[in-house]
Amino acid sequence: MSESYMIKVEKLNKSFGDLHVLKDIDITVKESDVVCLIGASGSGKSTLLRCLNFLELKDSGNIIFEGEKVEKETHDLNKVREKVGMVFQHFYLFPHMTVLENVMEAPLHVKKRPKDQVKKDAQELLNKVGLSDKENVYPSKLSGGQKQRVAIARALAMKPDIMLFDEPTSALDPELVGEVLSTMKELALEGMTMVVVTHEMGFAREVADWAVYMHDGRIVEVGHPEDLFNNPKEQRTKNFLDSVL
Amino acid sequence: MDLLTKFIDTYPVFLKGMLLTFQLTIVAVFIAIFIGLFFAFLKISRIKILEWIADIYIFLVRGTPLVVQIFIFYFGLTALDISQFWSVILGLAFHNGAYIAEIFRGSIQSIDKGQMEAGRSLGMTAGLAMRRIILPQAFRRAMPPLGNQFIIALKDSSLASFIGMYELFNVATTYGSNEYDYMSYLLIVAVYYLVLVLIFSILVNMIEKRMASSD
Repeated sequence: MSESYMIKVEKLNKSFGDLHVLKDIDITVKESDVVCLIGASGSGKSTLLRCLNFLELKDSGNIIFEGEKVEKETHDLNKVREKVGMVFQHFYLFPHMTVLENVMEAPLHVKKRPKDQVKKDAQELLNKVGLSDKENVYPSKLSGGQKQRVAIARALAMKPDIMLFDEPTSALDPELVGEVLSTMKELALEGMTMVVVTHEMGFAREVADWAVYMHDGRIVEVGHPEDLFNNPKEQRTKNFLDSVL
Repeated sequence: MDLLTKFIDTYPVFLKGMLLTFQLTIVAVFIAIFIGLFFAFLKISRIKILEWIADIYIFLVRGTPLVVQIFIFYFGLTALDISQFWSVILGLAFHNGAYIAEIFRGSIQSIDKGQMEAGRSLGMTAGLAMRRIILPQAFRRAMPPLGNQFIIALKDSSLASFIGMYELFNVATTYGSNEYDYMSYLLIVAVYYLVLVLIFSILVNMIEKRMASSD
């Protein structure tokens, strides 16, 4: 690697039928960066995130992950996904498994690591997100905030190099947003590389190293959150910020 | 002679018939579950030719009477020399497989797409995510309609009497004709069927409850 970037996107394009969702996206995320993607719904930020995880496959352009250009023809995308953690807006915990089983599932069945180790790691992760007492509970018994913290622990259990968050607090009641954001903040302080699609401008301001404003499938403006929020260079960024802040 | 005496006099024979009915149903349904799962996968494969194969199978089964299907296995495919027992089982399995395929297809497709994505995002292959994440949830959702289908299969097994199997219904009609008293023995056999269905329902309920432990 010439630079220490984690993931580099070059001229990425993606369409759904006639809808051109991502247009010539260029973005580079360095190790330990925390990047917030902001923009109105439909601006393509979630699709960009899903492309980074190869849940959506690009139409053209390059995605270079840890120095390697990843193509579905030459790479086992499952292997790549093991290193890219993902947290969804609607959690998607596995409802037929307990909290502990949720966290153990992938290390056990994807990485095929020994069960006692996996269990120990999972318990540590649950402790870290403050849910040790919920180990043997099924997801249906948890609040939204607790579900999302389990989802974070589940993703971390694969020991990913980068974590992607797709509007992790958008489905939560307002009083539950804080606990999820503080878990994420803790993760950021530990040096985890994170890309976060969010409407939480406070979180972006406080935690992000830089923020990206997207509009209509393009990156309009990139900058340190403080600069971007206080002195946007582009009129479109200003309009968006006026509507949300 | 009253009904109760007849019931008591004939119960050893009826119990034998009941056992056969039970065997026919259990084995047939067991095979039908695998047939159903197989064709459900064809239907959701998004490969046109496989979908067509499943559609044709389901069309054939739904479009023809079960008794015709059983007769085809027994009287039609003489070259294969299938016994009475297995003709009924294959007929029932072939028939119920189509309905079970639709039950499974529906329940698999009813699972939120996010579940598959969550599995994939953890590095699972599509097959592993199907096996570990989707199918356990889909089976749970399929239990009530599957239970119904089992009960239908149990009652449909009475068609085995048409190829001479001495199961419950055949026992009843044989007694009926020998003693010129159809009504008594039809009432008696109805009770046996009701008891069997009741046992099945209780079993299905227990399985459902156990599977629902996560709610």
